[in-house]
Amino acid sequence: MAKVKSLAELKAMREKLQNTIDTRERGDNPEALVQVKVAMATCGIAAGAKQVMEHMMEKADELKLAIVFTQTGCMGYCHAEPTIEVKMPGKDPVVFGHVDNNRADEILTKYVMNNEMVEGIIPVNYETIG
Amino acid sequence: MHVLCCGGTGCHASASAQIIENFKQILAEKGLQDEVQVVQTGCFGFCEKGPIVKIMPDNTFYTQVKPEDVEKIVNEHIIKGRKVTDLLYMDPENQEHVSDSKHMGFYRKQLRIALRNCGFVNPENIDECIARGGYEGLGKCLTEMTPQQVIDEVTKSGLRGRGGAGFPTGVKWGLCAKNKCDEMYVICNADEGDPGAFMDRSIMEGDPHSIVEAMAICGYAIGATHGLVYIRAEYPLAIHRLQVAIAQAREYGLLGNDIMGTGFNFDIELRYGAGAFVCGEETALIHSMEGKRGEPTFKPPFPAVAGYMMKPSNVNNVETFANVPIIITKGADWFQTIGSEKSKGTKVFALAGQINNVGLIEVPMGTTLRDIIYEIGGGIKGGRQFKAVQTGGPSGGCLTTKHLDTQIDYDSLVAAGSMMGSGGMVVMDETSCMVAIAKFYLEFTCEESCGKCSPCRIGNKRMLEILDKITDGRGTMEDLQELRNLAAVIKDAALCGLGQTSPNPVLSTLDNFWDEYVEHVVDKKCRAGVCKKLMRYEIDKDKCIGCGKCAKNCPAEAISKTNYIAEGHKLPSMEIDPTKCIKCGACISGCKFNAISVK
Repeated sequence: MAKVKSLAELKAMREKLQNTIDTRERGDNPEALVQVKVAMATCGIAAGAKQVMEHMMEKADELKLAIVFTQTGCMGYCHAEPTIEVKMPGKDPVVFGHVDNNRADEILTKYVMNNEMVEGIIPVNYETIG
Repeated sequence: MHVLCCGGTGCHASASAQIIENFKQILAEKGLQDEVQVVQTGCFGFCEKGPIVKIMPDNTFYTQVKPEDVEKIVNEHIIKGRKVTDLLYMDPENQEHVSDSKHMGFYRKQLRIALRNCGFVNPENIDECIARGGYEGLGKCLTEMTPQQVIDEVTKSGLRGRGGAGFPTGVKWGLCAKNKCDEMYVICNADEGDPGAFMDRSIMEGDPHSIVEAMAICGYAIGATHGLVYIRAEYPLAIHRLQVAIAQAREYGLLGNDIMGTGFNFDIELRYGAGAFVCGEETALIHSMEGKRGEPTFKPPFPAVAGYMMKPSNVNNVETFANVPIIITKGADWFQTIGSEKSKGTKVFALAGQINNVGLIEVPMGTTLRDIIYEIGGGIKGGRQFKAVQTGGPSGGCLTTKHLDTQIDYDSLVAAGSMMGSGGMVVMDETSCMVAIAKFYLEFTCEESCGKCSPCRIGNKRMLEILDKITDGRGTMEDLQELRNLAAVIKDAALCGLGQTSPNPVLSTLDNFWDEYVEHVVDKKCRAGVCKKLMRYEIDKDKCIGCGKCAKNCPAEAISKTNYIAEGHKLPSMEIDPTKCIKCGACISGCKFNAISVK
């Protein structure tokens, strides 16, 4: 990786990266790309987030779903760990709490495949500055 | 189409289950059950206006919905596409109805500034961080601002130390910058030690780049080229993510020599602490990093004059640093608009205890305790009564119902007899004994006291002995006065912040829960049933059928038969010998006839 040589270069880089992430989210092929973020701070991992993520990845393979999995930090919902956020193309992200293997399967087969909601969504109750 | 009904405890109590039932039934009657799905969600954090119903995908947000309103919502909104105006949220400021929850940001109690990237970005990927504006603050400082301008901007923003004491960050930087020297240090205090506080860990695990960037900004401002993060070894994941972030930043030329081609050099190293509470005190922290015992020393000299290796050093807490980059990019004027008069910005709290929505929250300074507990926190578990909230950890105190409407900031918390601290917030209900709580925190300080100065080492020990006496039922009214005397001496005479604040949990509970102390001392009673030695287990002779199960369960052989046979029973009842009873509760859990009670 070449080094960032100036602020202008950093800004150009930001734009480019934003576009890549946008395309990753929206895509030319909207059906194909679903994004799943798993909250993996120490506490999330202790609550089983890692196992759930591994399980979901296997299950997604099995179901032939093209999903991009990423780990992320604390979402703040300690009362509902493990938590994951699912972003369907063209839709607002949805956060699910208390995700164990069974709920993970339910989320994949119901929400991701059939756009059916699953009980126990966590409404985002904060505002973030971008 | 989806109908989302809040299933949080508050809304549940106000008939959200009936609302869901009505939706399902009415939708089925209209044959819409396949088109519209009804689901129950977690808490919206807006319990005052509950029950909440949200219609997707148009984000319509209905508040205070009653079961009989459901038919109207189905007929008007779902079938005809017309919003039911009188159920929409009303903006308290301009009395207008707000239909779209996306434009309701202002009502939301939480605002994430320090946690802006936590839960959004992959912390191990610098690209995602840059895509969200990471390192732009550093770039702006290096190319458009002089070091003095950076310090002025941070000073103007009103940012105060988030470690708990609340010293103005910009002023601290300015003091350090005055002592120009060939070798200076930026130190990040990541020795998070308050029981129950984990915001620093969450920031380092969720957004390590914000810390790396802020430390470089600070380095530029004060003229330092070395950064050190003092982090406890018991945070392995935070350490790993910081290491990854530092390595990636070096690879991108955002750390190291000639950053962004400006000639500015800065690099960061990690130093591991063994997890001693006192090492969160800046002089003790510096000694620990130097390889010496983690003991505080008298200030002055302040670290800004003679810190790490006797060189000028600036120590800031993780959360303080996390605020810095965004202050630079968005400007001090923007930051100033958030928060209360003397405390700007937001504060992260680890909300824990007997509360429904345990979580990591970030609220603007000036938010009331009531909002935090009853709105964001969703109220007390099991519908029990709120009793107290502990803030500031072992240095803070317990606030009570009369403080619920206090607007939280550094100064109001101190005025109420507690302090901000690093942000632990433990909510307690009537099942907590305040004397036992004070004892818990004092035990913690006694264990963590470094032992260097006698007020802290001996004084706290004496206070703990008195509390032991009280919870054992041997306390006297003179003991309560003695607690106050000792507390006053320790506060005045202890060497460092740990000692000076250690009596706070006792003092604040004495002030706010005096009755409870008196009960322990005079009536030998613990109303919460926590202090074991003050409890008495008794068997109701008329309820006891004499089955003897309790005697079998009792590990102390404290239960025996009496000669009394209650009317209608065949066997004599049992009784407990209080001198043998160890108050384990095994008898109660075994009794099917509710014949045993605690008094």
